[in-house]
This record gives sequence, C-alpha cells and structure tokens, in this order.
Amino acid sequence: MSNALHIVVCAGIVPDPLQTLEPTTGPNGPGIKNEMVLPAVLDPWAASALYEAANLAAKCPGSPQSPSKIWLVSLAPKAKLQQVMMSVAQKVSFELVPVDGPIGGFPDAQATAAVLADAIAAIPGLEHERMLLFGGWESATRGAGVTLELVGERLGIADQFQGVDQIELREDGSFEVLERVEGGKHQVSVCAGAPAVLGWATGNLAEPRNNPQVGMANMRSIMPALQKAKTAALEANGLRYVSVSLPKQQRETRVEKNMSEEEIAREIVEWIGAE
Amino acid sequence: MSSAPQPTEVDRPTMEVDIVCAGFGPATGGFLTTLTRAWSENPADPAFESKVAPGLPLQVMCYERADDLAAGVSGVVTRAQGIRASFPTLDPAEIPMAAAVEEERVFYLLDPIGASKRPLTLRTADSFLGLGKMRWAKDYAFELPWTPAFLHKHGGLILSIGQFNQWVGSQLMAGGMAQIWPGTPVSGPIFEGNNGKGKRTVFGLRLADQGVDRHGIPADGYMPGMDVRARLTVVGDGPVGAVGQKLDEQFGLPVGHARREWALGMKMVIELPEDSELEPGTVWHTFGFPEPEIFGFLYVHPERLVSVGIFVPSWLGNPQRTAYRYLQHYIQHPLLWRHLQHGTMRSWGAKSLEESGKRGEPFLSGDGFARIGEGSGSTNMLTGSGVDEAWTTGVQLGEAVLELLRADKPFTQENLAATYEARRRASWVEHGAREAENARNGFHGGFVRGLVGMALAGLTGGRLALPAKIPPAPKQIRRFATFIAGGLTVQQAAKVALDCGRPLHDALMSARGWPEIAFDGRLLVTHQDALLMGGKVQAVPGFADHVVFLDRQRCIACQEKTCIAMCSGQALTLGDEGAPEFEREKCVHCGACLWNCAQSPDGERGNIEFVAGSGGLHSAEN
Repeated sequence: MSNALHIVVCAGIVPDPLQTLEPTTGPNGPGIKNEMVLPAVLDPWAASALYEAANLAAKCPGSPQSPSKIWLVSLAPKAKLQQVMMSVAQKVSFELVPVDGPIGGFPDAQATAAVLADAIAAIPGLEHERMLLFGGWESATRGAGVTLELVGERLGIADQFQGVDQIELREDGSFEVLERVEGGKHQVSVCAGAPAVLGWATGNLAEPRNNPQVGMANMRSIMPALQKAKTAALEANGLRYVSVSLPKQQRETRVEKNMSEEEIAREIVEWIGAE
Repeated sequence: MSSAPQPTEVDRPTMEVDIVCAGFGPATGGFLTTLTRAWSENPADPAFESKVAPGLPLQVMCYERADDLAAGVSGVVTRAQGIRASFPTLDPAEIPMAAAVEEERVFYLLDPIGASKRPLTLRTADSFLGLGKMRWAKDYAFELPWTPAFLHKHGGLILSIGQFNQWVGSQLMAGGMAQIWPGTPVSGPIFEGNNGKGKRTVFGLRLADQGVDRHGIPADGYMPGMDVRARLTVVGDGPVGAVGQKLDEQFGLPVGHARREWALGMKMVIELPEDSELEPGTVWHTFGFPEPEIFGFLYVHPERLVSVGIFVPSWLGNPQRTAYRYLQHYIQHPLLWRHLQHGTMRSWGAKSLEESGKRGEPFLSGDGFARIGEGSGSTNMLTGSGVDEAWTTGVQLGEAVLELLRADKPFTQENLAATYEARRRASWVEHGAREAENARNGFHGGFVRGLVGMALAGLTGGRLALPAKIPPAPKQIRRFATFIAGGLTVQQAAKVALDCGRPLHDALMSARGWPEIAFDGRLLVTHQDALLMGGKVQAVPGFADHVVFLDRQRCIACQEKTCIAMCSGQALTLGDEGAPEFEREKCVHCGACLWNCAQSPDGERGNIEFVAGSGGLHSAEN
C-alpha cells in the first residue's frame, strides 16, 4: 500500500464577506438580503482547507499507480458554483463533486451534512482508510460550526480535529496536528493515521496564484461534473430560528494631521476598549 | 524616466486554442452567445471542430481582469434593440435588477447652492426660471416638456451590467464551449514578424506576469504570463484595456481618427427608503448641476434599488475636477434628495467612457484579430448609448466568424473586413455612429453651444452639426496658472489645502462655495468609506502596478495634478517629493488617470500609462 492520500474537502460558497451583508427574514426563514445578487466566493475558511490539501498532496504525491487525490465537495446552486469554480479552479488541482442544492440563508446543519456525506460516500475510487476529510472550522457568513463534524460522524470517522493550523505527516502514516486553543496557543495531537476529520482555521499558506494551465486541466473534469450534478433538497427537520443578527459594525472616519502615530494608536485602543 | 513593465524574455508557458478573447463585457457576451448558440444547435457541424484539438469542439477562451464576471461597473438604460434580438423572449425578471423602461423624464437642474460655474446665458435662463419658480420649476428643477426622439429609450431596459454579465456568463459556460476566466489580466497581444506591408497581424494574447514586484520585476513565486496563441483574437477589453491600447500603439488609428473625448461615469446604487414613491422602470436624465457640463441620471431598478450617477467629461476644463465630491452634491439636489434622503448606499463605482465614438474608431480588424465593443468606437454619443451597440458589434463578429468557419476560410484582414466590418457598416450601429459623429462638437465651445450642437445633429440625423477642433485630452485641462478657483491663486489654494489637511481639489471645492458634506454614515460617507462600503476594492498580490508614471519629473513639475483630483478610488495621492503615488489596493480600474493628465510627452497622450492589472471593484450590484 502506497502512502497516497485521499483528501476530501467540503466547501460551500458564500456571499463575498467584503460585501454589505444584511440579515433578513423570508418565507424560508432567516437569510441574507439580496443573496443571489451578491458575488459569491468559496468560503474563505474552506478555501484555506483546499490550499492546505493541495500542499499536503504535493508533499505526499503517492505513486503513479496510486496517486494522492483531492476532491472538492460542494452543495450549492449549480450556476453560482460554476461561476465560483472559474476562479478556484485556477489555483490548485482537484476533482469537483457538485451537488446542486438550494443553499442560501442558514440551512440546517444536519440536513446539509446528510447530503454531503451521501455525496462523499458515492465518490468512485475514494478509499475510506486513506481519507482525510477537510473543511473550514468556521464559515465566513453562515457557520453552524458543526456541519463538518456531522459529516465525519455519518462517515464513521472518529478522529476529529478543529481549528487546525498545521499538519505534519510522518513516515509511518501518522500525523501531528496543531489545533488552536485559547490564548493564541496550539494543542499538539498525534493521530495514528487516516481516516480523520480536520476543520481548518486559516493555516499558514498564502492563496495560490491563478494558473491558467491548472484551470484548463481542472475544467476537463469540472464541467462534465457540473453538467451531471445531482439535485438535492435539504430536509427542513423542523428547525426554527429565534433570531439572526450580524456582528455590530461601527465606522468612524475623521482626518487627523497633527496627531502622532502613538497618539492615534492610543486613541484606537481606547476606542476598542470602550466597545 | 520610468516606464511600464516590459515582458522579460523568459521561457513562457504556451497554449494553443482556436479563439481567444480579451475582456468579458457586453460585446464579448454578444460574440460568445452568438457563437456558442450556433454550436449548441448543431454540434456535429464540422465547422465547429477545433484545429488545435482535433475531434473536440472549438477551444474558446476568454480572459477577464476583474475577479468575477459580475464585477462590472455600470447601471444603464438601453433601448436593448440588439440584446432583445439575441433574446427575443427575454423577460427582465430573469435578470436581477433589470426592469423595463416605463417612464422617461429630462430635467434641467438649477443650482440651489450658487457654487457652480455657469455662463451668462445660463444665469439669465436660471433667473427667468427662478423668478417663476412656483410655476416653472419645482425642487430647483425644470422638466423639459418635450424631449427629442434620439434621447428616448422606449421599450428598453434598465440593467445592472454586473448582473447582466453574470446572467450571460452563466448561460455561456453552461453551454460548455466557451471558458471565461476571471481574475486573469491580459498584458497585450502577441505580435510576431511582419506579415507584409500594410498588414496588421496578431497571434493571440499574453497573460500578465504574476509573482512580480510593483515595477514588474520577478520576485518570489514568479510565474511568467502564459502565451495563449489563437487563430482569432477577439479584443473586447474596453476603452482603457491593455490589449486595445497596444494595438493602437502598434498600428495607429485610421487617418483622421483620435481618442480625445472622454468622460468619467461615477454612480451609486442606493436602496430607497420603504416609503419611496419611485417606481421601477423610471428613468431621469438631468443636466445643469452640479456643473452645467455634468450630466446626471437616475434609473430605478426593482426592489427599491436605484442607480444614480454623473458623467464628468474631459471638456470640463476645471483642472480640479473631482467626481466623488460632485456626485455627493448631485444626489443632494432637491429633486433627487427628496427621494434619496433616507436611503442607504449599497454599491458605488466608476468607469471611463470613451466618448469619441466613431471619431475614435480604431482599425476594426487585421490578420488574426477583430475589435468589438466600446474600445472599437461603437458608443453612440448622441443617444448616450453604448451597451446595446457593444453587444451588437459582438453579435456581428459572431455571425462573421460563423460564416468564415462554415466556409473554412482563415481569419485574415480581408476576410474579417468582408464579413464583420461589412455587417457593422450596414447596421444601425454604424448609422447611429455617423449621426452622432459631430453631435458633441459644440461642447468644446461652451455648454450652451454644446446643447445647440447636440440638438442640431440629433434633429437632422447628423446632417448638420457645429464645427469644432477637438484638442487632445491633456490640452482640454486648463492650466492652473490661468485657472483661479474661488478667487485663489495657486499658492493661496495650496495653503487652504494644507490648513485643513485635505486633498487640494477637495479644499478648492469648499473654497469655491460648495458646502461641506454632512456625513451620515449611510449614504453620505467619506471617499475612503465608499471604497469599503460600496466598492469592495480588491487587489490580488503578485501583480505589477498598472498605473505607471512615464516621466516622474514632469509629474513633480505639474501644478494641476488632475490625476489625483479625478482618481475615483483615491488610489493616487500626493507623495513626499511632489509626485503622485499610486496604491494598487485602492484602484477601481476606472482608467480616469489615463486622460486626466495635463502633462503630455508627445502632445497627444498623457504622462501616465494604464497597463494590465489585477483586481478592482468586486461588486455585482453595479
């Protein structure tokens, strides 16, 4: 058996967090105002997981007969997902496993996890004992904080790590994981090997550059996969939201020409402290 | 003397495709829609077999600088003649923010502040309207009782170009033939050898280098831009696109043609208050305020969204022109403020408009390339319409390419002229462009003369027009030494700016009597906040600066520094040595710096180059 990795990255698409996001309540419960009008991006936390996956696969390529592979599993409206893929596909190599779903607002994590787990279980050639299930520890706009864990549970993966910033593979197939804990410190764990779930924090990698050749290669499988994407409806499960709100934002701008940098810094610290 | 980053001789990756396109806007949308639709109707047609990948369909690539297909900057009203011809059953409800035009009104705006520079004739007219205010003018606005047909957009559409591009792009990519790659700036066309006297030849596109420093020098992670070679290169990268500019440098413009007239369109998308009375489909055109030369608009989208903006033209001689401050005063005009006052800015953006129209038309084709859209001079300056014209030129090229593919003829200059150019010359786009060719001449002799000239050209179908000698854009900017703002000399003006710690142009507007903006944090916000709230500017690291100052000493000596005043994103600021400094992270890629430079090294163009760059606005609501 080679040391090939089978890395599955769960990644949703979200309205670009740089946009003006405003909660609203529609017929299907809480949502984000004008969500379909806003530009979508791959959830930045999950995007970190994808880049870490590519980095790991490059370090551990496997063998020509049994190479390391990356699958990107995404539940999203097909048209939006296709558009986002035109940017993401230029960055790293992967195979897309799309599920055409009516995602938007704040869907039930249980229902989402069920759809994703079913999609992962149906991936041809994916070996359970080699699987590292990656995803975002959080989400930029609609993190339930539990979806990835639930997917792992449904796939029978007991070793789970959250807030991961680093993974180091060892010769024997085990790996060391750094998970974020309070106080800016990391907890160091050693896992005997795949399968495992890793919910990534930001990691340590820069966003890869757009590479047209990578994009072209990815598109050979992405476009057919999108055309064949199965549709999935999310079960309501009787979930009811009591309220949804955005973190408080406050913007105060003024021009200062006579204050020193130290004075400005001190005032900002006081302003933050007063909040 | 510095200059734009030059591609270094390195081992570049190369890819062969059949057709490569630069820029994804309405023109390229029209081209690709026409091409891919014909293929999807008959994919077995051997005309569509790739020559670089036998057995597969045509390999068609499109590269777009912006980070997303939806990151366009414009809210438009269009007759949609060409767009509807491509989509005969189009329901505006399919496209977010689209609405059918229901009502059109034209207003002459009086100046309620008294700060605008109005000629005597206008002041006289204002007095007349003002004296009869109760009868003639309401909210300091006089509605024209009749508007000429050439201004009408009856049966047309109000569109968000961001949403329209996204709608078109989704359909194109779902088709499977065309791949549209955002976030991929193109540095220029590939020229090789000489195909004979008088021949214009292009072999494809070179993508921008990545992993370079701000001067284009290879740095960590250097990745040379790929050469994408193709038998046909479609150039639809707009009026300030790098590919179009390099073609013009290489081949020049046809005799008698020049690109000397420009405008900056700047607008906000505003969410109207819940009790708004403005109905979707409402279109207002305005003139007279904040300066007589600045035209304005208000288009009402569905769901209480409205696009409101202004056009600041190159023939506004004031060297301290600043679109953002003018826009803030514009939306506070009583006619508009009554509706906008409790609104919230959702988006904001700016874009250069190439206003030479037919007079700025470049060579439309050559061996291996064709030009479409605004950069090909298709905008009609009489009707103030460009999107539909751009779309139609793309459709015309698409039809021409289909004809050549089916006849198995190469994309030579002769063949493209006989198919694409012939279609264009025989179409309503060309007819309108000729009518509009001299329509704006009068504005170079004053605002009132400009209106008369426009009416003359419009009412006679372009047969009559006022003559004019159009100076190059740098010469349209009056010298600061002869332009005294608010009675201030250069030194006094500089002191005003220093005393209040703000940009010179901003201080000068206050000195001229424009009131300070009372920021409300929702709609009236600082320019920097507009970048964050409404512009969502992005700049991917690893690309070179795309604004390059050719001769730094000229910049230092320049008193006007109009580039700073007109920079839509405040990406140009005054550096320590007195030269403008460029911050790529704030640039919205409007291209205003290209034509807002009073320092010309050759008498025609400015001292600033606007080359290929990454990033810009990332707002789909524009």
